[in-house]
Amino acid sequence: MGTRLLEVTVNGRTRCDAVDDATLLVDYLRRSVGLTGTKQGCDGGECGACTVLVDGAPRLACITLAASMAGRSIETIESLAAAGRMSPLQRAFHEHLGAQCGYCTPGMIMSAEALLRRDRAPTEDAIRAALAGNLCRCTGYVKIVESVQAASRALAEGER
Amino acid sequence: MTIDATTPRFEFRRAASVGEAVQWLATPGARVHAGGTDLVPNLRRGLERPSIVVDIGGIAGLAGIAWRDDACAIGATVTLARLAADARVASTYPALAEAAAAVGAPAHRSAGTVGGNLCADTRCVHYNQGAWWRGAVGGCLKRGGDVCHVAPQGRRCHAAFCGDLAPALIALSAELDVASYGGVRRMAAVDLYRDDGAAHLALLPGELVTAVRLPPPDGVSGYRKARVRGSIDFPLAGVAIALRVGQRSIERAIVAVTGVGPRPVVVGTEAIVGRRVDDETAALLATRVEQSVKPMRTTATPAAYRRQVAGVLAARLLRTLAA
Repeated sequence: MGTRLLEVTVNGRTRCDAVDDATLLVDYLRRSVGLTGTKQGCDGGECGACTVLVDGAPRLACITLAASMAGRSIETIESLAAAGRMSPLQRAFHEHLGAQCGYCTPGMIMSAEALLRRDRAPTEDAIRAALAGNLCRCTGYVKIVESVQAASRALAEGER
Repeated sequence: MTIDATTPRFEFRRAASVGEAVQWLATPGARVHAGGTDLVPNLRRGLERPSIVVDIGGIAGLAGIAWRDDACAIGATVTLARLAADARVASTYPALAEAAAAVGAPAHRSAGTVGGNLCADTRCVHYNQGAWWRGAVGGCLKRGGDVCHVAPQGRRCHAAFCGDLAPALIALSAELDVASYGGVRRMAAVDLYRDDGAAHLALLPGELVTAVRLPPPDGVSGYRKARVRGSIDFPLAGVAIALRVGQRSIERAIVAVTGVGPRPVVVGTEAIVGRRVDDETAALLATRVEQSVKPMRTTATPAAYRRQVAGVLAARLLRTLAA
């Protein structure tokens, strides 16, 4: 069965890797690229833990074939911190207790990141709609929504 | 490079043109891939074992929305996210925009496509399970077994078609372009489906839905859906209505229901045409819907509830559209 050379951009760097045609994007990122921040939760596209950005839009890495990503730009949770400093969303999740066990957090933050890029001051309804596909099994969603709101305020105040 | 052991091996081919895609799709065991949100979970569960996966995501010309006056042609690989966000689609065909917005969550909609939602596999609580689960009950009529666990005495598969776009497109009198090696044929959206959960699409091997064609709207339209998880789920029942109301009464109504059987159900509306939209007419429509749909126990939710909620959704939507 097929193997291919896959050329993609991951977190701003273009790479070329040999992948089996049946490789899932989540396995490619975690095992070939070594970026284990992206989590596999339900393995069926139901929980959102594996959410990454593809050309800026949220996608579920566990139901995406790596081979279909040729030429695309993929961003994972690892892309957000710069020079050892967390991004506004990461800081907000940390400071406002948006993470409990932390397993759903990379997916939550990547979904929220896609939202804040197109709407820096989203309503609570817009935040809940953007996170509709991200399940948290520890707690409710109040702290998570508050974290996104805090990040939105931080962005408005010019934080980076 | 390690591969998830549960994902079957296949050859992935990116088609550069419709001609190339339909040629490859004519190969026995070939399956079409666009966003992958329906196919890949099924691959992971061993429900599909294709020899070739033909990706149509890179074909130029399938990803556009083209208008001529108030008629519209939508390419098969237009994403549901784009469809849901398109202001002109929302104002011209509200049922279609509402249906697109009701599919899954944002990450599904940014991958999922119009053609993929139309051609999505049917679903059943006995089918959409892992291999060990299905193995424990010996498979089913749709995959790997010879009995339907929903209706064990029968010889047909009751898996339900759960696409949200289909009822909206049927209500809006849409047609589909279906390409094959021999050319392109045009069919009414409703004719894409067969009443068999194990083989629900009326497509021949090597045929590919390439576009949806919508005539100018004839009145107002809308889509409503009931689901277990409000944030992200397939419909327990989904109802689309296209409605034209004159000075006093309903002049034309098309009602289509998804999620309640192997194919979308078109509900006869003779009983409400000519009537004013009031509580009595809404109740009459609810009754007609309940009589027309025959959901089976293909979800964890009882079939009787799905029948009832289909009627309620239709009645509420009718009142909303006429308000």
